[in-house]
Order: sequence, then structure tokens, then C-alpha cells
Amino acid sequence: MNQPPVSSATPETPGSGGAVFLAWAFVGIPLLWGVSQTFIKALDLFK
Amino acid sequence: MAEASLLDRSRTVAGPGYNRWLIPPAALAIHLAIGQAYAFSVFKKPLGALISGDPAAPAAADWTPTQLGIIFSIAIVLLGLSAAIFGKWLERVGPRKAMMASALCFSGGFFIAALGVHLHNLWIVYFGYGVVGGIGLGIGYISPVSTLIKWFPDRRGVATGMAIMGFGGGAMIASPLSVALMDHFKTSGTGTLGVAATFLTLGVIYLLFMQFGVWTIRVPADDWAPAGYVPNPQHSALITSSNVSADNALKTPQFWLLWVVLLTNVTAGIGVLETASPLIQESFSDAVMGAGRGVTAAAAAGFVGLLSLFNLLGRFFWSSASDKMGRKTTYAIYFGLGILLYALIPTLGRNTQLALYVGVACVIISMYGGGFATIPAYLSDLFGKYQVGAIHGRLLTAWSTAGVLGPLIVNFLHESRKAEGFTGAAAYQTVFYAMAGLLVVGLLANFAVTAVNEKYNEKGPVKAEPGGH
Repeated sequence: MNQPPVSSATPETPGSGGAVFLAWAFVGIPLLWGVSQTFIKALDLFK
Repeated sequence: MAEASLLDRSRTVAGPGYNRWLIPPAALAIHLAIGQAYAFSVFKKPLGALISGDPAAPAAADWTPTQLGIIFSIAIVLLGLSAAIFGKWLERVGPRKAMMASALCFSGGFFIAALGVHLHNLWIVYFGYGVVGGIGLGIGYISPVSTLIKWFPDRRGVATGMAIMGFGGGAMIASPLSVALMDHFKTSGTGTLGVAATFLTLGVIYLLFMQFGVWTIRVPADDWAPAGYVPNPQHSALITSSNVSADNALKTPQFWLLWVVLLTNVTAGIGVLETASPLIQESFSDAVMGAGRGVTAAAAAGFVGLLSLFNLLGRFFWSSASDKMGRKTTYAIYFGLGILLYALIPTLGRNTQLALYVGVACVIISMYGGGFATIPAYLSDLFGKYQVGAIHGRLLTAWSTAGVLGPLIVNFLHESRKAEGFTGAAAYQTVFYAMAGLLVVGLLANFAVTAVNEKYNEKGPVKAEPGGH
């Protein structure tokens, strides 16, 4: 038996978009650096 | 005491308007850190030459590769055990306290291991990186999962895929970072080939990095749901609106079927990952391809790197796709397509079709990663959100089992074929056929998954985290 939809969501706080961007940058930049290093290494397979 | 209270679940309930897209980066901060475990192999050569000082010529008193391999094995076994043991505790105290415990254990493991390296005492390294660090791995791995599912009931696969993608990506950061740090400290003359100083530095870096996750994570209020959220829009019998406790989940056949699903998918994937470098070098050697045209050690390292990338991408791609296709269908693809591709690999090796061989291996590994990332959403569909973190933790014992079983099967079959006189791609033929056979078992187990019997459901409404303060 499905429960009825519950929606107590309120609009996100103004300015939280900036915080989201910074948060993603904090984890995204090291991840992209690691991926790029791995990609460069992977290119050896095609030399 | 004030510090402790900041970690309590009650202090992490999000206020109105909190942006849920802040939660995946918080989860990624933990998973990117603990994903370092998969890069531990970069320390094996220097750790095996601490006495001689020359990785190319270890002394008799130096630690052997077998002794050093045990460090990683202990960590992975402890990952599974601690995820299973601490899962219910995590659901009770909330994600922030669990993430802090993970950060302290994981970085503490590095500090203890650094002491072990400095004293050249392998037991201290086993205890530090293996036991203490391994507990940090287990708690950290499951700490954000149930929180993500609660924030993203409409996109469970996307949410858990993003976090678990981080575990795949962590090694990509840690590997070049560790090499750079060792090079720096080696030339600085800190001794131990720079390993002890690198362990200390990594411990500090990860402790700080994980704090971002600790202090950013929030749990939604009990009555929160995304705007316009409609539960189970696909009207699938496999998506429940009820809740099953972690203890009751163990009594259901569904839990054990998914245990087999995870075990077979991971064991098969490890079969490729464990052997990737020697596999491609032996299958496409100069003797097979012609002088100067064989796959070199550097190219094989590139192959391993490519597999890591597809492992990472698969975690996000397949898990996100499972939101649309349904979990059971997604696993049917992992197994059905996997059986075909594993059975095809030996033929591609015999026919020296290198590009196709690489492409097929990449798809296989993407589904290996996808299997890890999709399982929390599958559990949440079947057992509800109530104690999904704890149930996930218990299911991860399948990973620990696969970590032991996979290399054992692969090495046994490969050595047996070599003893029969087979070389190159032919020496790996039975490995791939055996893995395809394992996937048949997984396919059948997945096929047998049905909705959980209502007798296991919690009676009445449940609080998201019982016992939370």
C-alpha cells in the first residue's frame, strides 16, 4: 500500500546555489585532477 | 561535551530550505578519501626495501611482497566486518558522528602505520593501516548511504552512484599524490624512502579533507520530501513503501539473494582487475603480435588506468540508469551482457583483436563498478529507508568474501592452465569461462528476487533513525 505523497519542501535558501558550487568545486577539483592523471597514463596504451 | 553534542544526529537535521545538492559533495569528501585504499599498491615497492634502501634490490631482512599484500587484505576484510558491525550504530547516531569516527580511524591508521614504518615493525603497520584504517573504511563507506537515499528518494541511484563513484576516484587522486609525496620526502632525506613522512602527511590531509563531509552533512526532517515527490511512480512491486529492520532483513531470502548477486558480480570483476596487467601483456606479447608490436609494461599500466576510469564512470552511469530501468533489470543487464562479454574475451585474445578486447574489458569493469553503486538503491527499494545503511553494511561482507575468493579462483585456474602447457591468452581461457559461469549464478539469484513478505515489515510508522537524540 503506497503512502500518499508527502511534500513539506520549502524553496531552497537564496544564495545556496553559491554554496553548492563551492562544495562541488571542493571535491570536484581533486577528482578531476586524479581523473586527468589517470587519463594521461591510459594514453600509453594507444602509443 | 559541547563538541560531542555537535556531532549528534539532532544537530544535523536540516532546516527549511536546505539545498539537498550539498549532500553529495559531503558524501564524496568521505568516499574520495577512503578510496585511497585501492592505491595502496604504490607503497609496496618502497615498503619492501626499507632496509636496503633500493627498491630494485631488497635485503634479506626486508618485508616480502606476500607480507605486504596482507596489509591490504586486512583492510578490506575489516571494511566488510566493520560495515556489518557498526551499521546499526550508524543508523542510531546519525551520519555526522559516523563520518567523524571514520575520519579519526582512517587518518589514525596512517599515523600508526607511519610509526610502524619508522620502527620497521610490520605488526604495527598491520594494526594501523589494516585494522584501525580498515574500520575507518567500513564506517566511512556506509556512513552517507542512507542519508543520501533519504534526501533523494526520487533519484536513489543517482545519489548513491555519485558517492560510490568517489570510492573509485579516490585511488586516482591518491596514487599520483602518494608518488609525488614520496619523491619529495625521499629527496628531503627524511629516511624510510619517504614512506613514513608520506603516511603522516596523508593522515593529516585526509583528516582535514573528511572534515568537510563531517560538517556539511545534514539529515532531512522526518516529514521532508522533495517538492512534487510521488513514491514509486513506476508502480513496481519491488519498490516498497514499508520498512524492514536490519535484523529482520537477514531473515529474508531477498537479502541472501542480493548477497549472492553482489558476491558473483564482484568476484568476476576482481578476476579481470587482479590480472589486468599480466593478462594483456601475456595475451598480446611480442611472440603473439610480432616483434616490437606487443603490449609493453607501460601500455599495460595504461590499460589498468583505463579500467579504473570505466570503473568510476560505470558507478555513476549504471546506477543513474537504474532509476529509469529498475534495479532488477539493471542487474539482469550486468549479468546477461556480462556472461556474453566474459565468454567473448578468450576468442578476442586468440584472434589478437586488441582494440575490441580493450573495449569489452572496459564495459565489463563499468558493470563491476555499477554493481557496487546500484546495490544500496536495490536494498532501499526492497527493504525501505529505515535501516538501509545497516542492511547495506551487512551485505558488504559479500565484498570481503569476493576479495578473498576472486584472486584464489583466478590464480588457481591460471596456474592450472599454465601447468598444462598453455600460454598467452589461452592460459586465461578457463578463468573467463569460470567467471561467465559465476555470472549465471548471479543472474539466477537476481531473477529469483521478489517483493519482501509483509510479515517482515515494521508495524506502524518508524522514525528514520530510531534512538536518535
